[in-house]
Amino acid sequence: MLRLVVRRLLQLIPTLLGLSVLLFLWLNRLPGGPASAILGERATEAEVARINRLLGLDEPVWIQYWRFLKRIAQLDLGTSVRTGQPVWDEFTLRFPATVELAVAAILIAVVVGVPLGYFAARRRGGWLDVTSVSGSLLGICIPVFFLALVLKGIFAVNLGLFPSYGRQSTGIDATDVTGFAVLDGVLTGEFDASWDALMHLVLPAITLASIPLAVIVRMTRASVLEVLGEDYVRTAEAKGLRSSVVRGRHVLRNALLPVITAVGLLTGSLLSGAVLTESVFAFGGIGSFIRQAIDGRDYPVLVGFIMFIAMLYVLINLVVDLAYSLIDPRVRVH
Amino acid sequence: MPLLSVDDLTVTFRGGHGRPPTRAVDGVSFQVDAGRVTGLVGESGCGKSVTALALMGLLPGKGVDRGGSAVLDVGAGSEFVASGPVDLLGLGPGALRDLRGSRIAMIFQDPLSSLNPVVPIGVQVTEILERHRGLRGAPARKEAADLLDRVGIPDPTRRLKEYPHQLSGGMRQRALIAMAVACAPRLLIADEPTTALDVTIQAQILELLKELVDQEGTALLMITHDLGVVAGLCEQVNVLYAGRVVESAGRRELFAHPTHPYAHGLLGSIPRLDAPRGDPLHPIRGSINDRIAWQDGCAFAPRCDFYDEECLEGPPALTEPRRPDHRVRCVHPVLDTTAEEVTA
Amino acid sequence: MKPPMTKAAKADRLAELMARRGGDEGGAGLWTEALRRLRRSKMALIGAAIIAVFLLLAIVGPWVAPHGPTAQIWRGEVFPNQGRFVGPRSGNWLGLDHLGRDELSRMLIGARQTLLVGVVSMLIGLVVGALVGAVSGAAATLGGAAGKRVDTVVMRITDMMLALPSLLLAVSIAAVMGQSLTTVMIAVGVVQIPIFARLLRGSMLGQGGRDYVLAAKSLGVRRRRIVLTQILPNSVSPVIVQATLSLATAIIEAAALSYLGLGNPDPAVPEWGVMLSQAQRFFDNAPMMSVYPALGIVITALGFTLLGEAMREALDPRLRG
Repeated sequence: MLRLVVRRLLQLIPTLLGLSVLLFLWLNRLPGGPASAILGERATEAEVARINRLLGLDEPVWIQYWRFLKRIAQLDLGTSVRTGQPVWDEFTLRFPATVELAVAAILIAVVVGVPLGYFAARRRGGWLDVTSVSGSLLGICIPVFFLALVLKGIFAVNLGLFPSYGRQSTGIDATDVTGFAVLDGVLTGEFDASWDALMHLVLPAITLASIPLAVIVRMTRASVLEVLGEDYVRTAEAKGLRSSVVRGRHVLRNALLPVITAVGLLTGSLLSGAVLTESVFAFGGIGSFIRQAIDGRDYPVLVGFIMFIAMLYVLINLVVDLAYSLIDPRVRVH
Repeated sequence: MPLLSVDDLTVTFRGGHGRPPTRAVDGVSFQVDAGRVTGLVGESGCGKSVTALALMGLLPGKGVDRGGSAVLDVGAGSEFVASGPVDLLGLGPGALRDLRGSRIAMIFQDPLSSLNPVVPIGVQVTEILERHRGLRGAPARKEAADLLDRVGIPDPTRRLKEYPHQLSGGMRQRALIAMAVACAPRLLIADEPTTALDVTIQAQILELLKELVDQEGTALLMITHDLGVVAGLCEQVNVLYAGRVVESAGRRELFAHPTHPYAHGLLGSIPRLDAPRGDPLHPIRGSINDRIAWQDGCAFAPRCDFYDEECLEGPPALTEPRRPDHRVRCVHPVLDTTAEEVTA
Repeated sequence: MKPPMTKAAKADRLAELMARRGGDEGGAGLWTEALRRLRRSKMALIGAAIIAVFLLLAIVGPWVAPHGPTAQIWRGEVFPNQGRFVGPRSGNWLGLDHLGRDELSRMLIGARQTLLVGVVSMLIGLVVGALVGAVSGAAATLGGAAGKRVDTVVMRITDMMLALPSLLLAVSIAAVMGQSLTTVMIAVGVVQIPIFARLLRGSMLGQGGRDYVLAAKSLGVRRRRIVLTQILPNSVSPVIVQATLSLATAIIEAAALSYLGLGNPDPAVPEWGVMLSQAQRFFDNAPMMSVYPALGIVITALGFTLLGEAMREALDPRLRG
């Protein structure tokens, strides 16, 4: 188990190295380079030269790259052009909001998606099957930001059931402990703050859950259909086992293995969705921040975010692999 | 009264999607006597496996039509199971579930795919003990270890914790047999139990099956295409062709006097070491797809050397041209030769 | 007693009875069989119908559009800042957009642009991805130890690309190349490259282990020939399915890029994604202005998705029945 972890972490190194080269080249290829990003497009040549000297951009490329790499290795992702704060600090400040949102979305997707996919497969061709399959196809085809707009327009603006933006209402007095607004309320006993944060979470989480939900429904359905045709399910039936045992122990336990992998991979793509979702709901997490960075051409933030996501992605895959090896005995052996 | 009496069993798969329906089993009748080994022999596609699944109630409920009857003498009842003879085809799903694994059990062809890969062997054995015998916890594990020991798996307590992929092919089939005999069923159906195994392992598994049915008085319905298995194990043999029994006799009688041209050809197509050098093999030409519907005549006619117009005038009846206990479905039974003469 | 039949008459009767039984559809090829299943699939039919309508719009749209895409004929009637918009009316069946242009005309003209973005992006991903995947797959199946190394390196790189959120990758590319339609198409296309590459490679690896490849090898067929005539043709079906599905994702991703302000700024070439991202600012006052282009995107994407999924099912032998 430990060897697996170490091996996976070592595999991370070439990936991140390659990525750093790409990002470095990308930064250098940007129109005007970092200097004009800092000074704006109307900077004089003298100013640009000064900044280039200041940033060490007049030195040979490989020295620049080495410096870039050293910074990243120290988790120094640079300074945001827009806010003047270290990118790393900006991220850690906003990270809890996005994690909260992503966790809520994945929870919705799994809790709704797995049973839906399972029952769709059990009654293949029935109304539930047809509805959930066409629903999930539709879910994939709706642009996330448009879904966000529609949900916000209907449930927040028109019906007023949920708040339309932000993480917390202004009037709420909440103590910040972990940065996770819902959790903080529970920890400090300010349950009204928890409830308020939860209500703020509903619409963005549903929006963000739409694609993972669609994927999980179809994945579970396909997987269950495949397992239902396996010989060992027939064996279980031949033993006269109660149908609850056949379903739980023999069908679901096998059918959920590929779904677990899918959930892991979806978590990565969730962050893309978060950029769109958070910006519609002004959610104040990393997603909103990235949206502003894109608008303001805040390249250090984008570079930092990409490195950040790449690490996260590999870590999530590691967790998925570990989870897999706990559930699937065939993986454990080698 | 026989233990199991199958009478005019039909299984039809409805086509769907514009395909014509397929009649996989077309009026199969045979009997299994208590405590004896009965063979169901035929090439792939003749309906032997579908017959077994129909008896077990394991065919899908949708898209499959069943007809005829299969009466099993369940024997003494219990808190789960009623006593006396029941028609397996007439039972509801719940009642069938109670019978499966306890009174009638089945072993499948591919032991690896027939075991759940992510559940330890132990759980897969104890779950049947818990279901039909109410055993749980330590007593169930003890009994499971005893079962594995009985089917010849060494170090059974350790094996209980292992997963199917950690066992060899022969061990897996032994584990499946242990599950099948866990509740001392009255009837054990073995569907090609040795096809996926090495020859040396095949013999061991057959030996084990023989031992177990002898000890327990369990009747064994052996489904196979392997005439070697039939010769070594079965006391009564039913030869299936295109979904119908074409010949039924005791083992010695059948091997000495195969009377249906199909059975005759089947025995004749086995290579023999004592045949003269240069003597060609005697294959049956064509495949099982070259056939006509039984209601039009003999399904075997297109592959038969002896067919004539009489064979194409409706389904041939079962006759007893040679002995009262030797039934043959043929208009022109092969009466004047023995298998030896055919190959000579 | 009937007179005995001649041998020929007997054989004829037998053949007649065998034919009457019917049933066994022998060895229909994978593609013939798949096409037969596809024609019977409701999903495929709906998808194909949607695509047909979309293609028709893309072809004739710009000719039948009653007004030009930039004609701000009714500029004086629309005041976005005051929340005053013009809905459907005779002459402007879908109403006016925020600059007083005919929404229907822009939708009709936009269909072609949308199709262009989808097709070009998909082709970039397909061509480059399939090339990379084919090289990697060929190297892995028949290239020996050196080939395995090539394969490992290539797959590491695609892994890296997959690790990036697609949107961010597209944003990065757009940042270098500036804001234009070409940028959007390249950005969306590049994101698809690793998907196609992995798919084709995986499919080829699966085929490479089959017995028929072993048979060809043992017959002394040259490796390049095996790859080109045996492995590749048998590996392309998932790629074709993915290409169909990619048309849908490309159109949706392009819309997302437009929303992030990276779309085509040229007002003379309306594209549904750009129209949607411009209209969404007025969603609270004039929701229909967003709904029209959004519906266009959703329905079109759905058409390609339905057809792609139906093809996947038709080609998957395990799902046959």
